[in-house]
Order: sequence, then structure tokens, then C-alpha cells
Amino acid sequence: MDKTIPTLAEAVAGIGDGAVVMIGGFGGSGAPIELIHALIDRFRATGHPAGLTVVNNNAGNGHIGLAALIEAGMVRKLICSFPRSADPVVFTRMYLAGQIELELVPQGTLAERIRAGGAGIPAFYTPTSFGTDLAKGKPVAEFEGRPYVQERWLKADFALVKAELGDVQGNLTYRAAGRNFNPLMCMAATVAIAQVSRLVHAGGIDPEKVITPGIFVQGVVEVADPAQEEALNRAGAIYA
Amino acid sequence: MSDKLSNAQIAWRAAQDIADGAYVNLGIGFPEMVAKFQPPGRAAIFHTENGILNFGEAPPEGQEDWDLINAGKKAVTLKPGAAFFHHADSFAMVRGGHLDVAILGAYQVAETGDLANWSTGPKGVPAVGGAMDLVHGAKRVAVITEHVTKDGAPKLVDRCTLPLTGVACVTRVYTSLAVIDIEGGRFVLREQLASMPFETLQSLTGARLHRPGPVADLIVPEL
Repeated sequence: MDKTIPTLAEAVAGIGDGAVVMIGGFGGSGAPIELIHALIDRFRATGHPAGLTVVNNNAGNGHIGLAALIEAGMVRKLICSFPRSADPVVFTRMYLAGQIELELVPQGTLAERIRAGGAGIPAFYTPTSFGTDLAKGKPVAEFEGRPYVQERWLKADFALVKAELGDVQGNLTYRAAGRNFNPLMCMAATVAIAQVSRLVHAGGIDPEKVITPGIFVQGVVEVADPAQEEALNRAGAIYA
Repeated sequence: MSDKLSNAQIAWRAAQDIADGAYVNLGIGFPEMVAKFQPPGRAAIFHTENGILNFGEAPPEGQEDWDLINAGKKAVTLKPGAAFFHHADSFAMVRGGHLDVAILGAYQVAETGDLANWSTGPKGVPAVGGAMDLVHGAKRVAVITEHVTKDGAPKLVDRCTLPLTGVACVTRVYTSLAVIDIEGGRFVLREQLASMPFETLQSLTGARLHRPGPVADLIVPEL
């Protein structure tokens, strides 16, 4: 079994209009910028995919990566916890103009909804958001005398993630805090595609070090020396 | 000493209550300052939502590693004994009662312990981040804040008028004028500035301050 995909273009070729796409990363840390840019390239060449629902913690910075995906007009709806970052100019402009829908989710609830989606748990109860505007319309139940809010799983058609090492069977490791949402999103997507900084043969990763087992990963594409969002933004980069 | 504490002095006072070895989450912005004022001989273990335990201060300019950041997306360094983990584990630490202390900022705190710190209303782009999770689960949820708003309105109130972050979650408030516990739906005054009469402090507070026990002077160093 070899899950290697030779090019970024092929890696994103299966993502269709209206797909739900989870994109890993927290700000630029662990963000699969090259996969995102490959998706934008395809849209510019073919007009597809459009009308995407994107799940990410943030809403992108500057004019690269997720921000560029939004700016290209490919995203109908964003599900995230914190759409304000250092430089969220694109999302802010489009949201205030009514050009993109936002589902705001507390960060821990977002993570657990994704985990639940990957774990086959349709709903769970959390203390988070009880009594707030973000709990409106959701069932509440009391456990051991405290109120909890019911939240539902979150699943996706695709996940695009960034990993450090990947082997041909899809086993992944991550770099430092670049892990964040990436392992969860691999679990919750029908098709999880990882860009890895180094691709190795089966057995090239110590099983003790595997963070995401290959069962959660459908495709691996090597991107050596990946770009870093913060460095690109400091250099004023625009993906156009 | 001036007639109120500076932000650094509020952060210093909050830091004095953090035990050696405590697991602590500091909210982004002003609360991050608390880390600078740990008493000598005490080392808390700081948690950040994006998956690091035991991170340290910022690296020198030019030596940032952008996979080593805190929740505010500022570059940090690691201390010996640091650990990485994914977001679901990170929030299991938060909601699961494993953190000793969470320290957050506030727009308003009510005597019931309700906190409003994520939204000032329907204008602009809403953003919540981890605030609604952080107010649940930590053994102590403390707030550091100016005692009143820039316009002089009380930030300590009987009921929050801004959108809530959490209900009955705050246990202690460190302000520019006082240290106040929230117990049984009441503000209980523990420390106040010696230079300010109680009646003045009460007039700057939007709910009754209770004094069931002795009230100490709020004493902080010049910083």
C-alpha cells in the first residue's frame, strides 16, 4: 500500500464544489499553505472548487494561505473560533460585506466536535458556553448538579493538514506546536491529505513516535522546506 | 504609590497567589504579563491552548520558531520538561479540572461570578477563541482588570450587561484598586488600597462589597 501522491495538484484534485474542508493549523503553525495554494491554483484554472465550507481555528492572515482562499471567493462558510488575528483583513472585509457566513465555535468545543466526528460520537455535553449566546437553541442537561450544553460532532469531506514526517502508509509526526488541530482533522475527514516535510518509507518512523496512525490518512504529498505564514506575511507576500 | 495600581502591579499581585508547580493558563494580552512576576523560587507550569505545557518567555528578535507560539500567536521558548499535545487534549486539560489557575481579562464581572470578556456587542467580527472553555474546569478562575472602565463606569457589577463568557465561573478578581473574592454570589473584599476610603471604593463598584472578615492593605512594589 502506498498513499503517496506525487504532486500538490493531484493531492487536491478530488475536492469538489460545496465540499466541507477542514484545514489544520493554528495561525500559521501547522498550516498546510502549499496544499491551500494548490487548491487556489485549481480554482483559478477551472473555477472549481467553489462554495466550500472551511473549518479552521482562525480566518487567515494577510493575503496568503487561508486568507487567500477566502479572498479568491472559494469559501461560502467558515467554521472557526477566532476570526480576528494579527491581520485578518480579507475575512473582516468579506464578513462585514455579507459575502461569507461565519459559525463561531468556542475553541475547545471546536476541537472536541472534530474529535467526536472522527471517533463516531454524534453528540456530547460540555460546560463550555452554558448561559451564553453561543448556547442558544442547544439542548442543556444537568449532570452531578451542573448544567452542560449539547454539542454535535463535526465531520468533513476532506482534511488538509501539515505534518513533519510522513511515511507511505500515512503515519504522521508533527513539529512542535504545529500539531494543534491536525491529528483531529485527519480523524474527522473522509479523505485526509497531509503535506509532509519529509516522506519516508514504511518503517521510517519509529512506531513509538507516530502521532497520527495511517488509518486516518488517505494521501501523503511531500513538500520539503514548506513556507511559513508568519515569514511570508512579514515579507508582505500576496498569493495571487 | 499613585491612587491606583498599574497593569504591571495588578499582574504582580495576581502572580503572588500562584503556587510553585501550579498548572496555569494566562489569557492572551494583559494576563500574559503575570508570568513575569512569579516570586523567586516558584515556577508555575504554563499551558497554552494550542498545545504546549511549560513554555517560557519570548525568544530574541530574529530567533522565532513559528511552530513554537502561544495562544496569542506570539513566539515563545520551551522550558525543560515541556510537552506538546493536540487541541482536544489541550482542552481536556482545561475543562477536565486539571489546571490549577486560569487568569483572564474582563469587560465586566458580576457578583454572581458571571464574566463578560469576549464581545462588546453585535458590531464588527465576533471572536471567542478559548475564553468560554477556560472559565470552566480550572480550580481557580481569576480575573485581572482595571476597577472601572475608561469612562469611569464600574466593571464590577451586579449583573453583566455585555454578552456572557460564562456563568458563575470567576472566583477572584484583582483590580487596580482591590482584591475581591466571589463567594456565594457576593463580592467579598479581601484587600484594598490604604490610600482610598472604603466608601470611595464602594462608589466605584457596581454591586455591594461585603466585609465579613478583615480587609488587608493592598501592597505592591513600584514596578
